[in-house]
Amino acid sequence: MCVAVPGCVTEIDGSTATVDFNGNTVKVNIGLVQPEVGQYVLVHAGCAIEVMEKDAAQEIIDLFSDIAELEA
Amino acid sequence: MNISEIIEYLRGYRGRELKLMEVCGTHTAAIFKSGIRDLISPDIKLISGPGCPVCVTPTAYIDKCVEYAHKPGHELLTFGDMMKVPGTGGSLSENKAGGARITVMYSPFEALDKAKADPDTTYVIAAVGFETTAPAYGLVIKAAAEQGIENIRLVTALKTAIPAISWICENQQDIDGFICPGHVSVITGRHVYDALAEKYKKPFVVSGFEAEHILATIYRIVKQIETGESQAENLYRNAVREDGNSRALQVLDEVFRPGPAMWRGLGVIEDSGLYIRDEYSVYDGGSSMLYEDMELPAECCCGAVITGRINPDQCPMFGVKCTPVDPFGPCMVSSEGSCGIWYRNKF
Repeated sequence: MCVAVPGCVTEIDGSTATVDFNGNTVKVNIGLVQPEVGQYVLVHAGCAIEVMEKDAAQEIIDLFSDIAELEA
Repeated sequence: MNISEIIEYLRGYRGRELKLMEVCGTHTAAIFKSGIRDLISPDIKLISGPGCPVCVTPTAYIDKCVEYAHKPGHELLTFGDMMKVPGTGGSLSENKAGGARITVMYSPFEALDKAKADPDTTYVIAAVGFETTAPAYGLVIKAAAEQGIENIRLVTALKTAIPAISWICENQQDIDGFICPGHVSVITGRHVYDALAEKYKKPFVVSGFEAEHILATIYRIVKQIETGESQAENLYRNAVREDGNSRALQVLDEVFRPGPAMWRGLGVIEDSGLYIRDEYSVYDGGSSMLYEDMELPAECCCGAVITGRINPDQCPMFGVKCTPVDPFGPCMVSSEGSCGIWYRNKF
């Protein structure tokens, strides 16, 4: 139920954005976030709930430096 | 530290048996998909919590939705997960087959366009969800009010995860640490777990949904236990902020008020529900006091499964009297319900 998927914002029109999910484009409500075109948003139930600052690959790389930071 | 070293550490763990609860159903599904149980020591037990809003929805809620779907001039909009949950008078799916007006929605925002296009029909949203989904319903209500749309109602079964986690900590003290829900935490932020970690002296680690995220989270929980720590940590920093999504929290506060909610298998938990505030009461389809649940057969273990006291395949009804095709409890229905996930991955 709480599944959320990251997609790339390609267009913004007021409180609605066009978001690209691997080639599928979907209209998404952006009333909870303020993304810019080109940024990734985490989308749940047709609503962007957060702006992702990094792509998925960089996120996993950074995960291990986060652990190093916690254990420092 | 890299992923191989983490797996090696978790596989080699030989301390006391640890029970870690993944609160979120999406984590349960990801743990199966990635085979994490087979990668780590058998002394680290992963158990599923109540983290699927569909699974904790009582029968009275389904019955209320069915009632609206049969009411002239009304159409029920629901997420697909709810369609097969049994109600006293059948599931939504069975009622749709019998002529009830029920549409599966992708997003609750669809109700706004439908309501404007067809003012003679009242569109009733089956508004089920945790903190992740509740802000979207809040935005729909605010937009309807701003645009003067009056033919939308919500029957809410909105719950907040933190009171439920507290309930589990109080009632089930043998859980050693918590894999905290990633997308609920996007809204709430990491900081809400500080009080839990402090009070219950257990690690709470927010996790993303890739196998690497979950393994790293398990690693940090085990390391905390071994070093006698009990901290609330965030290992999903790309999406989860310290204080969450402030705009979403503001929408929740504007549109909803906290109140007691019925969790199927757990009972009524104070302040764990979200109810539409009086200012927006015109949109409330009658969501209070939907507590009644159908009488459960003696062998049904939904409550024990939802609270992680047993694994789904330890229920005598699992795969025999309760299957995804012919489910008895909602935890067998939902794609995020632990019984359904276990069934699909074991058969």
